[in-house]
Amino acid sequence: MSNSKMSKKKKEVVRDLIIFTVLFLGTTILIIVFPDKKQSIFNTSWHFLIEMIIILPAVMILVGLFTIWIPKETIAKYLGKSSGIKGVLLAFIFGALPTGPLYIAFPMAGSLLKKGASISNIVIFLSAWACIKIPQEMVELQFLGFKFMITRLVLTIIFVLIMALFIQKIYHNSEYKKGETSNENI
Amino acid sequence: MTITVIIINGFVFLCLLVSIIKDKNKTLQALKIGVISFMRLLPTVFSIIFLIGLLLTFTPESLISKIIGNHTGFSGLFIASLLGAVMHIPAIVAFPLSASLLKNGASLAAVAAFITTLTMIGFVTLPLEIKEMGKKFALLRNSISFIIAIFIAIIIGGVL
Repeated sequence: MSNSKMSKKKKEVVRDLIIFTVLFLGTTILIIVFPDKKQSIFNTSWHFLIEMIIILPAVMILVGLFTIWIPKETIAKYLGKSSGIKGVLLAFIFGALPTGPLYIAFPMAGSLLKKGASISNIVIFLSAWACIKIPQEMVELQFLGFKFMITRLVLTIIFVLIMALFIQKIYHNSEYKKGETSNENI
Repeated sequence: MTITVIIINGFVFLCLLVSIIKDKNKTLQALKIGVISFMRLLPTVFSIIFLIGLLLTFTPESLISKIIGNHTGFSGLFIASLLGAVMHIPAIVAFPLSASLLKNGASLAAVAAFITTLTMIGFVTLPLEIKEMGKKFALLRNSISFIIAIFIAIIIGGVL
């Protein structure tokens, strides 16, 4: 299991390096063919590189801090137990915390669902994880500005809530009602 | 140095300080994770940086604004949403890419649609989602997310 995960990670690194090499060579060739474009390419790339480099280390350190201080187990523990408004809030917050890529979230969400967490909270958790992660919001703030970032954030929260309730309703209307609501603690 | 950069770095610095005070070993582990994630992201960052340089230099503004610009209406939104749904790039590098598209004639709404589908919808991760959450859940979540993205984009286009 962990072996196949390792090789998958390696493959991804190789893929990223290949893409990088292709783009690097492509840029070099284009600069040789169109020498007059060199300055423009260089200036643009340099500008965006600087914008990136002045926030990326901080953002990555934040990811590291949250990964260590708030382990998966903690999130699973709290999310599995909570329902009602508290559950919704926790699902948003735990989803948004800077802790890793979406493929970590799916197994977590799957096991939470089996343990009786509500569908709507799982939808919120996954969507928050995908779309309103704190590191993402930071980079969005940097590149697209406060007004854009905050408007999209608020809209996303509203629509994710609607989607969560909608999916919950579909599940209730059709098949198996997940009976376990005995551990509501509100 | 913009205020954004100062706030982000200041905030993380504070978190780091609190972490060091609480537990040095854990902080060291956290820094290690941070450095590894940073290194891991670097090739992609440079790829995007080159891509942006080429994009802004070689694609005429008129082309981008013709496809996803302000006057493309719903079709522009739809194309941007579709692009976001099928592309598989880390969200963190998607923002500079979006900023460059915006600079070159894309509409705010299209950029909002692109970012929202890019982060919410994953064709590449769909098999994993189906395996863990079931087909019904995965298909529902992804398709509704697509619709949501278009709603969000339309509102952003209207408000901002």
